[in-house]
Amino acid sequence: MIEVDGVSVSLDDIEILDGVSLSVESGEFVGLVGPNGAGKTTLLRTINGALAPDSGSVRVDGDRMTTLSSKAGSRRVATVPQDTSVRFAFSVEDVVAMGRTPHRDRFGGTDDTADHVDRALDRTETASLRDRRISTLSGGERQRVFVARALAQDAPALVLDEPTASLDINHATETLSLIRDLVDDDRAVLGAIHDLEAAGRFCDRLVMLTDGQIVGAGTPEDVLTTDALATTFDIDSVVTANPVTGTPAVTPLATTVQGSRQVHVLGGGSVGARVLACLAGAGHEVSAGPLAAGDTALSVAESLDIPVETVSPLTEPDGATLEATRERIAEADVTVLADLTLTQSGAHLDLATQASGLVVVEDRPLTERNHADQQCGRRYERLLEQATRASVETVATTVETAPLEPVRHVSRREI
Amino acid sequence: MHAWRRSAGWSAALATILVLVTVVSAAIGPVRIPPTEVVKAVLNALILPTGVETTAQGVGPLTLSGVNLAYGSPFAFPVDRVHQQIVVGVRLPRILMAALVGFALAAAGTVMQGFFRNPMADPSIIGVSSGAAVGAVAAIVFVVALPLPLMAFAGALLAAFAVYAIATQNGETPVATLLLAGVAIQTFLGAVISFLLVRSGESLREAMLWLMGHLDNSTWAEVEVTLPLAILTVGVLYAYAHDLNVLLLGEADAHALGIEVERTKRLLLALASVVTAAAVAVAGVIGFVGLIVPHVMRLLVGPDHRILLPTSALAGASFLVAADTLARSGAAEIPVGIVTAAVGAPFFLYLLRRREVHTV
Repeated sequence: MIEVDGVSVSLDDIEILDGVSLSVESGEFVGLVGPNGAGKTTLLRTINGALAPDSGSVRVDGDRMTTLSSKAGSRRVATVPQDTSVRFAFSVEDVVAMGRTPHRDRFGGTDDTADHVDRALDRTETASLRDRRISTLSGGERQRVFVARALAQDAPALVLDEPTASLDINHATETLSLIRDLVDDDRAVLGAIHDLEAAGRFCDRLVMLTDGQIVGAGTPEDVLTTDALATTFDIDSVVTANPVTGTPAVTPLATTVQGSRQVHVLGGGSVGARVLACLAGAGHEVSAGPLAAGDTALSVAESLDIPVETVSPLTEPDGATLEATRERIAEADVTVLADLTLTQSGAHLDLATQASGLVVVEDRPLTERNHADQQCGRRYERLLEQATRASVETVATTVETAPLEPVRHVSRREI
Repeated sequence: MHAWRRSAGWSAALATILVLVTVVSAAIGPVRIPPTEVVKAVLNALILPTGVETTAQGVGPLTLSGVNLAYGSPFAFPVDRVHQQIVVGVRLPRILMAALVGFALAAAGTVMQGFFRNPMADPSIIGVSSGAAVGAVAAIVFVVALPLPLMAFAGALLAAFAVYAIATQNGETPVATLLLAGVAIQTFLGAVISFLLVRSGESLREAMLWLMGHLDNSTWAEVEVTLPLAILTVGVLYAYAHDLNVLLLGEADAHALGIEVERTKRLLLALASVVTAAAVAVAGVIGFVGLIVPHVMRLLVGPDHRILLPTSALAGASFLVAADTLARSGAAEIPVGIVTAAVGAPFFLYLLRRREVHTV
C-alpha cells in the first residue's frame, strides 16, 4: 500500500533522508524507530505528501503522492499529528467531522459526514465526548479523537507521528491497542514510536532509522538488539523478552565505572537481574549462577553474554555446578549476594564463604527469603557482618571500591 | 448538519436585530420621525419587478423580441413628503453604508483572526488601511483627477499586494512572515501619511477627518457600488468557512486533511483585503469593529466559521449603524471612528476581564 523507494529529502540544504526505501502492506503495522533527529517525522511528512522528495518516489495505492492534489492525497493517507493540542473551542464532533474534508463537496451534494463521524466516534469509544470541547479533554482522550478524525478520513493508509509521545502508560497502551485494531481492518499503518518496547509489542515489523538512513528492518526481535541499540541510540542496553508479552523489552543501562573488577553474582530473580545488568553495563567483568531456567536473571545474563552456571528449576545444584561456581568465585575480586534466597542445603552460603570480597544487595526481608532453618539464617547474618551493603543503583560503584578481604569461614559448628 | 441550522438561526436573529437598529436609527435625528412612518417610507421607496414586457428590438428583417422587467413600487403608504425625503434621501444611504462597512470589516476581521490564528489580527493587519489612507490623503493633498475612494481603494490593494509579495518565497507564504511584513509596511506607510500631513497645509483638517473614519455624505451611488462587492466577497468567503476551520488546526494538519493550503490562504487573503479595501475606501479608517465584533461573536457562537462568519458580519453591521447613530446624534457630529473605539475598547476590556478572550 505504502511504497517508499529511494527517497532523499533535504531541508535548508541539510540532508534529512538519504535513500530511504520501505513498504507497508495492507493489514500491517510498521513501527518507525530511531533516535531524535533521525528523520522519522520528515519521512512521514514525505509519505503524506506534505514534502516532496528530492529524489526517489512515494507511492500510495499505486500513485505517486507528488502527482496527486492535496485532496486526492488525503483520501489515500490519513495522518495523526504529533501535536494534538488545539487552542480552539471546537467540539469533538466538529474535529472528527473535519476528517471528512477530503470527501467534501464545497457546494453541497450528498453528505454522509454524519454516518462516518458516528462510526469513527463509536470505534474509538469517544462517542460520550462528542459535545465536549476538544480543548477541555485530557491528552489521552484528545489522542483518541485525532485517531477518530483519521478514521473518518477513511483512507487506506494511516501514518502516525509519535501517537503516544505525551501519554501516560495506560493511555499509550490503549491508543496503541486501538491502532492495532485498525490495522486488522486491512489498513496499512506506519507509526513513528519512540517507546521501543511499545513498538516491539504492537508492531508487526520495525524499521530503524538513523541519520536519515535505514539501519535495520524486520521483526521486533531482529531489529531491537543490544548491538543495534548501541549503534543507533549510542547506549548500552539489555534486551530481554518481556515475561508478560514475550516481545522484546529494552533496558538502557546507566553509569560506567573507572576501575573494572571481576564480579560474581549469587542470587537471581528481579534483583539479581538488575544487579547483573547494572554491573555489566558499568563495565565490570561479570559471571553469575547458579541460576535456574526461567529465572529473569538468567535471560538477562544470556542477553548480555555473561557466563553463567545453570540448574533445573526447584532442584539443588549438583556437585559439578557447585565446583564450577566455586572456581568463578575464586577468580572474582568481589562476590555480590543479590537478594539471596537461602535453600535447605545452604549451598549458596558455602559458596559465599569462598569470596575474597563481599557486597550485599537486599530487597526482601530475610524471613521471606529463608527457605531453610534458623541456623542458616544466622550464618547469613554472620556473613553480612563482613560484607559491604549496597542497593541496585549503587552496586556498580560499591563493587568498584569494596575492600578485598577474604571472608572468614563461618562453619556450622560456630553457630 | 446542525452547524448549518445553528448558522441559519443565529443569522436570522441578528438580521432581525439589524432591521430593528436600522429603523430606530432612521427615526433618530434633528427631525424625529416615528418608527412606523420610517417603515412606511422605506417600503414606499422599494422598487420591485412587477411584470414582464416585451419590446421589438433591432432593425430590418432581424427583429428580435427583447424581454424587459417592469419595475414598480408595490406600496404607496401616505407619508409626509419631507419625512419621506429625510428617511430615504438622507438617512437611509448613510445607515446602509454604515451597515455595509460594519458587515465588511467584521467579516474581514473574522477571516484574518482565523487565518493568522492570532487574536490581535484585524482587517488591516496586512496594511490595507494604511495603503488606503496614503491613497486618500494623497488625493486630498495633491488635487488628483481620480476620485478619492478610487485612490484609497487602489492604495489599499497595492499595500496588501506588496505585503503579500514581500512575505512570499518559493510559492509559500508563512503566516508569521506575513504578519511581520504587514507591521513593517504599516509603519512605513504611517511615515508617508505623516509626511503628507505635514505638507498638507490648508487641507490638513479634511485629511484628518478622513483618517478618523466618517460616514457622513454617504450617497446611494456609493451604496450601489459597495453593496454587491461586499455581499459577493463575503459570500465567497462563506463558501470557504469550512476550510478556514481546518486551517485553524495548523497548516500541516490542514494539508493532511486535503486543503490546498497555499492556494486557500491566497484566496482568503485576497478576498478579505478586497472587502476591507472597499469599506475603508468609502468610510476611512474605522478601527475596532473588525477586532472586537469577531471576538464577541466567538464568545457567543464558538469558533466554527460556518456560524461565526455570517453572525460576525451581521453583528458588525448592527454595531456600526448604532455607533454612527451615536456619532451623529450629539450636539456636534463626531467621526464615527472615535465612537467605535471609545465605546468598543471599554466593552472589550470588560469582556477580557470577565471571560477568556485570549484565544482565537
